[in-house]
Amino acid sequence: MPLLYPLVFAAFLFSAGVYGVLARRNAVMVLMSVELMLNAVNVNLVAFNAYLKDQLNSGQVFALFVVAVAAAEVGIGLAIVLLIFRNRETVNIDEVDLLRW
Amino acid sequence: MTGQEVAFLLLAVVGGLAGLLVVTSRNIVHAALYLVVALASVAGVYLLLAAPFVAFVQVIIYVGAIVVLILFGIMLTRAPVGRRVLDNTLRARVGAFVIGLGLFTMLTWFMADAWAGKRITGHAVTATAALGTSLFRNYVLPFEAVSILLLAALIGAIVLARRD
Repeated sequence: MPLLYPLVFAAFLFSAGVYGVLARRNAVMVLMSVELMLNAVNVNLVAFNAYLKDQLNSGQVFALFVVAVAAAEVGIGLAIVLLIFRNRETVNIDEVDLLRW
Repeated sequence: MTGQEVAFLLLAVVGGLAGLLVVTSRNIVHAALYLVVALASVAGVYLLLAAPFVAFVQVIIYVGAIVVLILFGIMLTRAPVGRRVLDNTLRARVGAFVIGLGLFTMLTWFMADAWAGKRITGHAVTATAALGTSLFRNYVLPFEAVSILLLAALIGAIVLARRD
């Protein structure tokens, strides 16, 4: 298949993730949009691995690393969201602004 | 139009639509379920790109663990529902849409400029043994680092979410 097919798919998922991070107010929604972006990056990595026929399969190995790091990040992110909810009864990211100027 | 391309176009349409619905849905639980569809379609794309092990890892870890974790997070934070609670102001949403559209146009333009006409050829499916050899021989250092990262994340999440 043309190399552009998976690349454009990845670009679309990434742009949707960027929209989600900017346009959503709920912290869990923002985490879901970040997952979309990470998946787009993974599709890119695996597509180039297939295109370049890498001997070491580096693209797929890095995709596995990205999946592992994303899992760790979602775990910690949700723990933080839970802690915020426990203290403030809200997960609206606009209302968590103590560190702002 | 080969069968592989037809299958890819179907998966891409379903996955792209699901991804769009994740970020525009009014109900947060629906958004999580659309995320499942998007992640599953990405796993299908991995299968078409001759990466079966990555596809299985995607389904097991992303769909099977991360989405479940997100659903638990939604449940424990009393899933709010409704446009006013979930979305930013209209001005922010319009700005976000412009940014997303601009990013997509820019990325597609640059990629078409660089790789138009190139094709993914060959049908050799990546054997899991080859991936394992590469992971434990050439990339063993990042592998160990990711293991330590996962351990730290595990301990950190337990400490953070502990009720005391």
